[in-house]
Amino acid sequence: MYTPYPENMMESIKKVEATRAERMSTEPRRLTADEKDALLKEFHPDYNPDAFAEIKVGPNKGQKAPLELAEMLHSTSRIADENIDITKIDYDVDVLVIGGGGAGSSCAIEAHNAGADVMIVTKLRIGDANTMMAEGGIQAADKENDSPVQHYLDCFGGGHFAARPELVKRLVMEAPDAIKWLNELGVMFDKDADGRMVTTHGGGTSRKRMHACKDYSGAEIMRTLRDEVLNRQIPVVEFTSAVEIIKDEKGQAAGAVLLNMETGDYSVARAKTVVIATGGAGRMHYQGFPTSNHYGATADGLVLGYRAGVPLLYQDSIQYHPTGVAHPVQIQGALVTEKVRSVGAQLVNANGEAYIHPLETRDVNASGVIRECREGRGVEAPSGQQGVWLDTPMIELIGGEGTIEKRIPAMFRMYMNYGIDMRKVPILIYPTLHYQNGGLEIDGEGFTKTIPNLLAAGEAAGGIHGRNRLMGNSLLDVIVFGRNAGKKAAAKAKEVELGTMNLDHVAGYAEELKAADIASGEVSPKLLPQYARHER
Amino acid sequence: MENMVNVYFSGKRYSVPADLTIMTAMEYAGYTWKRGCGCRHGFCGACATVYRIKGKNELKTCLACQTQVEEGMYVASIPFFPTDKRTYDIEEIKADQRIMMELYPEIYSCIGCNACTKSCTQDLNVMQYIAYAQRGEFEKCAEESFDCIGCGCCTVRCPAGISHPHVGVLARRLTGKYIAPKTEHLANRVEEINKGGYDELIEQIMQKPITEMQELYNNREIEK
Repeated sequence: MYTPYPENMMESIKKVEATRAERMSTEPRRLTADEKDALLKEFHPDYNPDAFAEIKVGPNKGQKAPLELAEMLHSTSRIADENIDITKIDYDVDVLVIGGGGAGSSCAIEAHNAGADVMIVTKLRIGDANTMMAEGGIQAADKENDSPVQHYLDCFGGGHFAARPELVKRLVMEAPDAIKWLNELGVMFDKDADGRMVTTHGGGTSRKRMHACKDYSGAEIMRTLRDEVLNRQIPVVEFTSAVEIIKDEKGQAAGAVLLNMETGDYSVARAKTVVIATGGAGRMHYQGFPTSNHYGATADGLVLGYRAGVPLLYQDSIQYHPTGVAHPVQIQGALVTEKVRSVGAQLVNANGEAYIHPLETRDVNASGVIRECREGRGVEAPSGQQGVWLDTPMIELIGGEGTIEKRIPAMFRMYMNYGIDMRKVPILIYPTLHYQNGGLEIDGEGFTKTIPNLLAAGEAAGGIHGRNRLMGNSLLDVIVFGRNAGKKAAAKAKEVELGTMNLDHVAGYAEELKAADIASGEVSPKLLPQYARHER
Repeated sequence: MENMVNVYFSGKRYSVPADLTIMTAMEYAGYTWKRGCGCRHGFCGACATVYRIKGKNELKTCLACQTQVEEGMYVASIPFFPTDKRTYDIEEIKADQRIMMELYPEIYSCIGCNACTKSCTQDLNVMQYIAYAQRGEFEKCAEESFDCIGCGCCTVRCPAGISHPHVGVLARRLTGKYIAPKTEHLANRVEEINKGGYDELIEQIMQKPITEMQELYNNREIEK
């Protein structure tokens, strides 16, 4: 007998196997709107009042944010005690793109297309981003039974009717063109022999509109975008963080102060338009959750933008992906793509019950997993981590032998590294910190609300997904809003007349903190999580 | 007491818990990564690493984030390696054999040692995909190289100086753009949108009050 798990887990698997045949023939019921609301209120981490603090200064003063983000907003600028001569310009460009992920790269390509002198600065390498790690797919309403209006309804409803209509409109209306653009750059989407896209459901979709590149969807997109940026010889300054926006006396953005991550030296970039495309915040580990995010996801852009006077939107709304790895411990928190459920795996508790429909929206499914574990229907891994089963052997029973290796090779490989064959046994999962639903507030054109030549795109921007994002709408968002930002930033750069560069707003923000009697003792932006253990 | 093992980072010994990965073991030892650490989940290739187990001759390659520590492991990170990416205009090039000869002629110097395949952290048949590239079989090269994360371990080990991951990217882009069948329903939908076919409908749904949207959403038909 194949026993890759300890005894208690194998005992529970017997129950999962005993109910499998019956579960295969029945689809779990979808929850009603009221049932979903009740589940979220009781179990979703966003409803945990102890995990949030009031923001004391700045445009969102009086609103709440996760404790760890509030601390960064209440911290001192990294350059407060530095003597930086901002009249000494090291880089002088039309468009400065901060961040080298999917949004930043798309933005740079379009700005370059429009003839702008564009440059990317990025904290790690180009492509070190959550885009690279997106597995499941990208949505677009391009099939005959679907329409952008149907996509709008799914996105707006899935986000609890809180998204900004003008942003959802852009997302869904420009989605097919985003897929076409990527395809023409050479992204290899899964297609059948006639060229039709192979599309599936994601949680909360009413049509099968999830396009994929196996379960390396984001990686395939990101490595193509990176190749294109390099082909165009767009300057990419790696291992360099923007630590403050520079403004001028007219209140415009005028560039950024940059920090060389390796030498600790500062430099100055001047630009006519600036795009914040710094991504997410998973490495802030809100509420102590593990994360599916990359090493650099520390909400830097939110801090930069906020200090420069840009309001945040839905900064208190976080996405926990229902299926993060709960076992083995070496990959705890890693993403198990939603596609595993799209191709047939059910969520099953310790008693072998399919307690929920596997394709409810992410917030609902995450709350369901937490409920099962909290109420004693979870399974305990050797690390002490609780979880429920994702019944992966169902995938081969539904799709035929070989489906797992063909459709979700990355997942298969990740588990086989630790001797777990998901074709034969289910895998244990628990929610993982996955996405910041909120971010810098932007208008329908991608510009921040308060600074006319400062834009935000990708995960750093807020309002596109309301209070819950659907699978496949983030890869879409980085492409649609990244491209849009590139075009708009290039056009705007032609009309911007920069004044005298200054950092008065940084000093002003420090004054506000002082007046509010706040001293967190930390500096921000965070840049990197602190994982090093020091013995003394 | 936890089960501990001895590992050697750049030759210096540290005692670390046995259930850690190389990446988390270095952090346990007190290091803060700057280079050599990316997604931490096996998708970005930032943490290419070489190691030897004390007393054994074989030099192994791995991803630091996906590999558990072992007793006597001598570890060195490869935070950067000078691969050689050639630039081209994807709109101008064609999917024929000459393009590989023009852009990556060194692939024809492959001596068949198979060090690339042996070093692949994704267990890909690297030498095979290079052979496909040599023959201009881009679709096969694309398929065989598809799971490449670009860690570059193959390139580090190659006596012919081939930058394998870049060859794979080129083959995939040629395949995605020029060889894979065109998607008619996609082109049609883009045209419909560009002609304004959805303008009125989208404006209508944007104007609807929330209560009506809730009604529509909660009762929408879900494709089986």
